[in-house]
Amino acid sequence: MAEPLDDYIDAVSKALALPVEEAWRPAVRANLEVSLRLARLVDEFALPDETEPAPIFTA
Amino acid sequence: MTTKPEMNAADIAKAVAGGKMSALDVTEATLARIKQHDGVLNSFTDVTADRARAKARAVDVQIAAGKTVGPLAGVPFAVKNLFDVAGLPTRAGSKINRDLVPSKRDATLIERMEAAGAVLVGALNMGEYAYDFTGENVHDGPSRNPHDTTRMTGGSSGGSGSAVGGALVPIALGSDTNGSIRVPSSFCGIFGLKPTYGRLSRARSFPFVASLDHLGPFARSVTDLALAYDAMQGPDADDAACTTRGLEPTLPLLANPTSDLRIAIAGGYFQKNLFPEAVEAVSRVAKALGATKVVDVPEAVRARAAAYVISTTEGASLHLDRLRKRPNDFDPAVRDRLIAGAMVPAPLVDRAQKFRRWYRAQFAEIFKSVDVLIAPATPCTAPKLGQVNFNLDGVELPVRANIGIHTQPISFIGLPVVAVPVPIEPLPIGVQIIAAPWREDIALRVAHALEKMGVVAAPSPKGF
Repeated sequence: MAEPLDDYIDAVSKALALPVEEAWRPAVRANLEVSLRLARLVDEFALPDETEPAPIFTA
Repeated sequence: MTTKPEMNAADIAKAVAGGKMSALDVTEATLARIKQHDGVLNSFTDVTADRARAKARAVDVQIAAGKTVGPLAGVPFAVKNLFDVAGLPTRAGSKINRDLVPSKRDATLIERMEAAGAVLVGALNMGEYAYDFTGENVHDGPSRNPHDTTRMTGGSSGGSGSAVGGALVPIALGSDTNGSIRVPSSFCGIFGLKPTYGRLSRARSFPFVASLDHLGPFARSVTDLALAYDAMQGPDADDAACTTRGLEPTLPLLANPTSDLRIAIAGGYFQKNLFPEAVEAVSRVAKALGATKVVDVPEAVRARAAAYVISTTEGASLHLDRLRKRPNDFDPAVRDRLIAGAMVPAPLVDRAQKFRRWYRAQFAEIFKSVDVLIAPATPCTAPKLGQVNFNLDGVELPVRANIGIHTQPISFIGLPVVAVPVPIEPLPIGVQIIAAPWREDIALRVAHALEKMGVVAAPSPKGF
């Protein structure tokens, strides 16, 4: 049975021309689950609209 | 005067500059020790013996001619193999990079160390592309802990930790994106400095996460750490993130008293997920410094999460083309993490960078009433090589992903940290001495005071 993230992995794999062999899929999926869980934790934190991203650029 | 295995850099430089030892004799003794012990420690991937002898002879010629030599005259050092070394491909712990053409020019920090008289003796083992906290490497084998060779060095600057912890060299250079200087310092029982983000030039080193990458030194004493750090400071147009601040020497300030400093213990997140040894180490340091105030660091869990997201996505961007063309030449565990990183939606990465700005402001508030924060460097002493899980606060967790949980929320906003080794038996463990941005001098001064009190020290290697 396909896992919930499999369709997404297939779509991004195609969009980025980044092959994901079947043997790697469980580990890629597990890592993506961790990344998305941690990213959601950050996303849930309300920030003011005017917050600037942190990387510094000097023109 | 003969060289001793644990002779520190300051004493070597003094003896060489004073004509009591030759730089060549020091170099030969170092090369012999590497030859004798590195078969076990596996800390070096390249030994640059011819180059080292040539440099040492040049230092000796200068001294014989009565010329002034630098503060690191004749001091052997080695660098994590992500630093460009002229004549070597910069492998960065990978198989793929071995196919690169050899570097034409040394990394800026190597040039500055050698301008101060130091002698490069080689390049050091590391976790593949620095995406690692263990010091294990599938291509080169693991670097081994000098206090127990069945255990991890910590990573990703594992060879740097092993070489200095094993007293093969008095100084090594490494990189720290999420903890890769502080973790090996902790496991190998040595001092490590992760300076402020942007302080030391990263020019001609192989990157990992541009937003978070730092370079810095390892040593067996705080004086040696300051000597190396001071020699490497200064602006560099070849690194876009490098500060334009002038030199701010720390060595002359090391012995200043610490009684005027407001020192606090990092609370909340930093007092959880710890083995008893880590709790004991923080307690010893706090007691010695008379620190009783506990300061809660808000949202450190989210800071660690944001650092993770930025690392995996910027790392994926860096390696995207290699992942397409040579996926089977990566360590499979690194490859699968990077592929997953390439699939994180862009708005979530932007959110992480914006959260970084917010979190930085929280620390600016903290540093209005505190000069130094004390926090654990690692949750535990060095795990066994190959160990997969450990039990933290009653929960079974993967070792690899959780070794750096106490370092990540600090490097996330680029604060300067000295990792100090607490010589607990049977294995040492580190504590982070954290200061406000650009105040490496304060972190080093506190580390020096702890060293003078005998609370922190690099234990003699006993594992080989």
